[in-house]
Amino acid sequence: MKIWKNIITLSFLMCLLFGTQHTAMAEEQTKEEFNAGEVIIEHILDSYEWHIFTWKGHEVCLHLPIIVFSEGRGYTFSSKVFHEKDSYVTTNKKTGETITFAIPRDGKYKNKVVIVNADGTQKRPFDISITKNVFALFISCTILLVLFFLVTKAYRQRGEKAPKGLQSLFEMLIVYVRDDIARKAISEKQVDRYLPYLITVFFFIFINNLMGLIPIFPFGANITGNIAVTACLALFTFFITNLLGNKEYYKDIFNTPGVPWFLKFPLPLMPIIETVGCFTKPFVLAVRLFANITAGHIVVLGFISSIFIVAQISAAGGGAMSVFSLILVIFVDCIELLVAYIQAYVFTLLSALYFGMASKEHHH
Amino acid sequence: MELITPDFGFFFWMVIAFGIVFFCLAKFAFPVIGKALKTREQKIAESLENAERIHKEMQSIEAKNEELLKKAREEREAMLNEARISRDKIIEEAKEKAKDETNRLVESAKETIENERKAAMTDIKNEIANISIKVAEKILEKELSTDEAQLKYINEIIKETDNQ
Repeated sequence: MKIWKNIITLSFLMCLLFGTQHTAMAEEQTKEEFNAGEVIIEHILDSYEWHIFTWKGHEVCLHLPIIVFSEGRGYTFSSKVFHEKDSYVTTNKKTGETITFAIPRDGKYKNKVVIVNADGTQKRPFDISITKNVFALFISCTILLVLFFLVTKAYRQRGEKAPKGLQSLFEMLIVYVRDDIARKAISEKQVDRYLPYLITVFFFIFINNLMGLIPIFPFGANITGNIAVTACLALFTFFITNLLGNKEYYKDIFNTPGVPWFLKFPLPLMPIIETVGCFTKPFVLAVRLFANITAGHIVVLGFISSIFIVAQISAAGGGAMSVFSLILVIFVDCIELLVAYIQAYVFTLLSALYFGMASKEHHH
Repeated sequence: MELITPDFGFFFWMVIAFGIVFFCLAKFAFPVIGKALKTREQKIAESLENAERIHKEMQSIEAKNEELLKKAREEREAMLNEARISRDKIIEEAKEKAKDETNRLVESAKETIENERKAAMTDIKNEIANISIKVAEKILEKELSTDEAQLKYINEIIKETDNQ
């Protein structure tokens, strides 16, 4: 237990250090006017390649595959093609037509793969490329599965013996989610139906939050700070809540008890409010997680960017600022560690509460 | 703005990735973990119950032990008392016997001594008588060796007889 704690602390400290170095190196090479906003937004958003670091003016990138579908045909190619040229021309093997792909630097489809028509108009294809975020998501999912595989193995091997090492760390969290989140929000009879989802969601968010805090490859992608991820998780919660909801739950929505009749008829005010509530609840879940994690990333990057902003004015100022910023970044990263846990907890807790409300049995 | 617009491609992969993770964990990990936790919890509950029971048993056993000890102590006390009494008795008897024996020995010693003395006295008497006879013999032999002396002695005796 004690070793794990040490390893985790050490790795975070090292990552903080390397993270600052890594950003510093990348920025130093670009000699151009430093635009903090752009750098930050670029990190927060997705991209088709994974910029690892820049070494002596040479960018070391992981070029990820682009997978697009257009008019029923799939095209797969490496994003490296856009590293050398701005557009990529390929031929459709069946029809023999040529098709031009490009990543515009600005405009409506900024930094997205588009098909450039003959007349110069851009069209967005059906794009399921393995982007930086998707790749990072695969990595974190793999890590999550491997960790759970090890833990499950430990449970198989150790049987009824007391947990040890990684197993005890996971057991602490699993038991916490089970006893302090799920069992408190959901009735005893129903809790086992929802528990697998709650534990999965908790670990998924927690691990992705933590990995977002580690700035070196293959971590540091802004996964839980991406609205698509949080929306997906919120939709899972939404569907599970409403599909497993019992009669009482729907009765509460469409015929809310304890409310004067004129709020239901002729204008069904309460049902409308309740129905809207069904959608706002998961929506709030998605926005909360997205905003918290993105904000954390922005703050850390903001402090680091301030070093370069000051350094552009004077080198000495940049040196002084780097010490100051580093302290602030370490401080913010410590808070982000807390946020990583709290947000995983809050998402799980609120999901559990919604499940509890949807599966509650009234005793009239 | 792009930041708050969910990207379909990422969403698509997210659904797949999360679905796979959820499926794998729910299918392979959680049943094992849940079962292990449950059995362990049951075992702990059982162990606690057992401990409670054993504790109670121990208490009753201790009480019993205490009682037994008390009884044993009392018995020992009684036995010791008895032993003391019988010891005293034995000593008393032994003393009595020893005294009797001594008395008997002294008595018999006295008797023996008396007998010895009597025997010695008889011996001495006999010896003295013998010696007296021998002396008388010798004296008589010497005094009455001559006829004159014999006559004289006879006369003397006659004289004495006359005087009487």
